[in-house]
Amino acid sequence: MNDQTPRLAITQQGAVTVVELMDKKILDEAAIAEIGEAMFAQVAEVADPKMVVDFVNVAHMSSSMLGALITLNKRVREKGGSLCLCNICPSIYEVFVITRLNEVFQICDGRAQAVQRAT
Amino acid sequence: MVKRVISSDLDAARQLAGDVLRHVESEGYAEGVCFAIRLALEEALINAIRHGSKFDQAKKITVSADVGEQRTAITIADEGAGFDPAAVPDPTADENLEKPSGRGIMLMRAYMDEVQYNDRGNEVRMVKYKS
Repeated sequence: MNDQTPRLAITQQGAVTVVELMDKKILDEAAIAEIGEAMFAQVAEVADPKMVVDFVNVAHMSSSMLGALITLNKRVREKGGSLCLCNICPSIYEVFVITRLNEVFQICDGRAQAVQRAT
Repeated sequence: MVKRVISSDLDAARQLAGDVLRHVESEGYAEGVCFAIRLALEEALINAIRHGSKFDQAKKITVSADVGEQRTAITIADEGAGFDPAAVPDPTADENLEKPSGRGIMLMRAYMDEVQYNDRGNEVRMVKYKS
């Protein structure tokens, strides 16, 4: 991915902010920081954040990205909002299971279900 | 065999990881095994840079990867002071579950068949069998 390609695609579905991660491999610390800051900014903008993070493009992810998601989840919860992850491929879902983070996050199969859960 | 000495730079580490994975893929390892090796290798390199070298690019990291027909063995050594792997908290314990970091070693152990640190704790050897 070149420097011009955005790392996130952010859209609104009603009251829910949908963040689609665009990188196939989320491994670079600088990229993770950039993605994290962009998501945190979305949460900061609203009183009652409802957010979906869509992993449809993601094939690899380092544990640092898990850290960014945990921080995001905490910030959403602190504001009484809701966060749901979706379209996580089986190999990455296994990472969530191994780390028990499938017990921390709301995770749905597809985007539509995730938007409904986050609403 | 891939053997390289790199600076403690994340870009260099990522490039190295890509080179190792190309060797692994060329040996016909299954997709799931390649995923496991990539994940463990990335975590180990980030740990070496972050904790071993403290992001000091003047410090070197030595990586050797022996990619064979039956298994892949990877050794990563940094110039840091080392640490005690047994003292790393369990990130799956309830009290650690929502901490933003501390999962790298656990993931390395989960995805590789063997993970061993030297006594000082600045070198790790990981092995993944092809099947």
